[in-house]
Amino acid sequence: MKDPEITDYPVIDYTKEMAVIEGGLSRSEIEQIVSKPLDTKPTRKYILTLSVAVAALLFGAICLALTFYYGVGLWGINQPVAWGFAITNFVFWIGIGHAGTLISAILFLLRQRWRTGIARFAEAMTIFAVMCAGIFPLIHLGRPWLAGYLIPYPNQHVLWVNFNSPLVWDVFAVSTYFTVSLIFWYAGLIPDFAMLRDRTASKAKKLIYSMLSIGWRHSSRQWQHYEKAYMILAGLATPLVLSVHTVVSFDFAVAILPGWHSTIFPPYFVAGAIFSGFAMVVTVLVFVRKVFDLENIITINHLDNMNKVILLTGSMVGYAYATEFFMAWYSGNPFEIFVFINRAFGPYAWAYWIMISCNVLFPQLFWFRKIRRSVPVMLVIAILVNVGMWFERYVIIITSLHRDYLPSSWGIFIPTIFDIGILTGSFGLFFTLIILFTKSLPVVSLSEVKAMSEGAQPSHHGGIE
Amino acid sequence: MGRTKELFGITALFDNPDSIIKAAKTVVKEGYKKFDVNTPYPVHGMDKTLGLKNSKVGFFTLFFGLSGTAFILLFMYWTLSLDYPLIIGGKPHFALPAFIPITFEFTVLLAALSTFFGLVIAFFNLPFNNHPLHDTEYMKKVSVDMYGLVIEADDYIFDNNKVRNLFRELGAKSVEEIYYPEKHTYPVFDLKFILFLIIVAVLTSGTTYFTLNKFMDMVPFNWMAEQDKVNPQSKSDFYADKFGMREPVEGTIARGYMLYPYMGIAEPKEYLVNPVLPTKESIELGQRKFLTFCSPCHGNFADGNSRLRGQFPSPPSLHTQRAIDFPDGRIYHVITNGQNAMPSYALQITPEERWSIINYIRVLQRAKDATEADIEKIKEESSGNVQ
Repeated sequence: MKDPEITDYPVIDYTKEMAVIEGGLSRSEIEQIVSKPLDTKPTRKYILTLSVAVAALLFGAICLALTFYYGVGLWGINQPVAWGFAITNFVFWIGIGHAGTLISAILFLLRQRWRTGIARFAEAMTIFAVMCAGIFPLIHLGRPWLAGYLIPYPNQHVLWVNFNSPLVWDVFAVSTYFTVSLIFWYAGLIPDFAMLRDRTASKAKKLIYSMLSIGWRHSSRQWQHYEKAYMILAGLATPLVLSVHTVVSFDFAVAILPGWHSTIFPPYFVAGAIFSGFAMVVTVLVFVRKVFDLENIITINHLDNMNKVILLTGSMVGYAYATEFFMAWYSGNPFEIFVFINRAFGPYAWAYWIMISCNVLFPQLFWFRKIRRSVPVMLVIAILVNVGMWFERYVIIITSLHRDYLPSSWGIFIPTIFDIGILTGSFGLFFTLIILFTKSLPVVSLSEVKAMSEGAQPSHHGGIE
Repeated sequence: MGRTKELFGITALFDNPDSIIKAAKTVVKEGYKKFDVNTPYPVHGMDKTLGLKNSKVGFFTLFFGLSGTAFILLFMYWTLSLDYPLIIGGKPHFALPAFIPITFEFTVLLAALSTFFGLVIAFFNLPFNNHPLHDTEYMKKVSVDMYGLVIEADDYIFDNNKVRNLFRELGAKSVEEIYYPEKHTYPVFDLKFILFLIIVAVLTSGTTYFTLNKFMDMVPFNWMAEQDKVNPQSKSDFYADKFGMREPVEGTIARGYMLYPYMGIAEPKEYLVNPVLPTKESIELGQRKFLTFCSPCHGNFADGNSRLRGQFPSPPSLHTQRAIDFPDGRIYHVITNGQNAMPSYALQITPEERWSIINYIRVLQRAKDATEADIEKIKEESSGNVQ
């Protein structure tokens, strides 16, 4: 399949910063395009897509309800593999979320202007992914309605949580991450809510948008504090996003299990998180820009840039895989060496080689500019990366656990329909939220994109002569 | 929304960023203080033009962030070192490296929350949905792609005509007067409002009652109160006879309940030999069991002088020569099998306890009929102990 956009832009001048918005759109046209999904009635295709996502969500909900009723015995977990799908999915979804914060906060601090078109969407993805992720440790508890015990509060048992435990660090890291992402997202949405409030004709919508915009007036005196606060929030979110996956990796690295007990885990997990997150952003954005006619705002240049990040982080992940093997051999520890040989050639070799091919080999195709700028090819690669990154967590958890020091306690993990159903349900939840989001909130930050559009800023350094 | 006759200010709309910067500059130069610029996005250089000082929102972040650091560190120190000190993994009570992740997360959490709420409440004075500028054509324009400037009527050099002329000179695309909106007051004792309060109260208390008193008793939230295991005396559909409790397999003998071979025989030809040595523990156990089971009839000293004497067939004294000459097994046989009016005590007293009781009876016999030599020996032993 030939992509018309390649011929549209035959020569790319990489010495200049790429245009953020294409097609010479005026600011009111941008607003028209972005708010069109909010003003129009959902199409048949939209309802169909939504119903597929909701069906997946409901399937997961049924599996989850049965799990609540009968207990986690319905899952494939047992000794020796007591951490099965739940923890795999948790790490997977948390990782997906990281791309959003990276795009919205780190690229903001690095003054990457191209982030504006995709930041809002990526932040929304962060929030939805963290919601999906948050479910898994809770259901993994077995009795999730007692999850409140994880929070240090004065209780009648006069006991406190163990602040030395990585599992408690997780509670703090993930809940902080969710809260800060939500604040960051909402702070970015306030001017857009005000814009929607001013343009809507419907009374009910006006009430909702008025409440959400809390009386924003686009005043310069407000913008001044707003920009500062946005910068500060970005500055806070940047170390936070790095810390969250570091803490998640501590769940493994702090344990003294061969295959987990490794100092490379924090950077390796963070790189993997950004890798999988960008792949998910690309997967979803490819559809969103097509369906909602956003090709001039989320341009092929944006996708190109994201593919470069995928290439970089994919290579980092590949390097980490190699380092793990090297360290296993270099340590001279027979148990460590056994785990890694077993990982690559043992009963889970198929999962390992899926992971290697999807995460290390396929993203290398992005060295070619044509592939980087070809929508169908990048979609396939991005989906493969998502598959590969899910298998990475699967491999880390299952292969390290299934054969421990005593051969008599070796075992094989076989997922049940409930494991797969809950995973499907989490994808259903994620895509349901994404689909609802595209139709209820502006998927592109209007104020930021307008500020980046042509002629938006005064000439000659602020127009002051 | 209705408007009053009171003037809030005069607005002007411009259609490019250069002219709004120029207009703002002129307005500042003219000496107006109460004016505002509204743009759909932050226009570069506007804060410099308006002479705005650097935003102080960062101080909120710093103060609350550092408070968060201090609070969570002290909190973890207090919980794990003072309130409930536990040694975990051999770490010290105040394990600083293990506290770093949570300290960091909590610092960021408090810093971000305070930045946001400080921004909205302290710097923006929001929520403010009844500002006169809301619901005006002016607001609708600056929301999209126009750049607006408003001079408020309570500026001390405000003059309606002068401001209009100024805007016209600056090339405003449109000039509009904004009036204060009408104020609506809502009575507190309105029937609808009171009904609303009642409904909210009923819903809140009902939900709370349901959650705490009903919901937490439902399966599966009821603390595993209902389980598939079979409890004593419970019914079981698994077995044909519907009894949850099962009888042991025929011929099963429980540990410590070895059958007595001479059961039911009045005068067996031979007796068991006492396997329990008369140690201190055994004699003390025998004393306890004797006082519990034997003393009501035999008396505290086994002389048959009990409080039941005369109301019941009196047992013989165990201090007779005949009883002293009984082998241990003979007494064991009596306790286990019963004799004359005495019933079997095999169900109440375990074999080990029976032998211990016999050891104790021997002590009583010895003590009651002690000889001079015995007393001498005790004296010797006790003086030896003193040494």
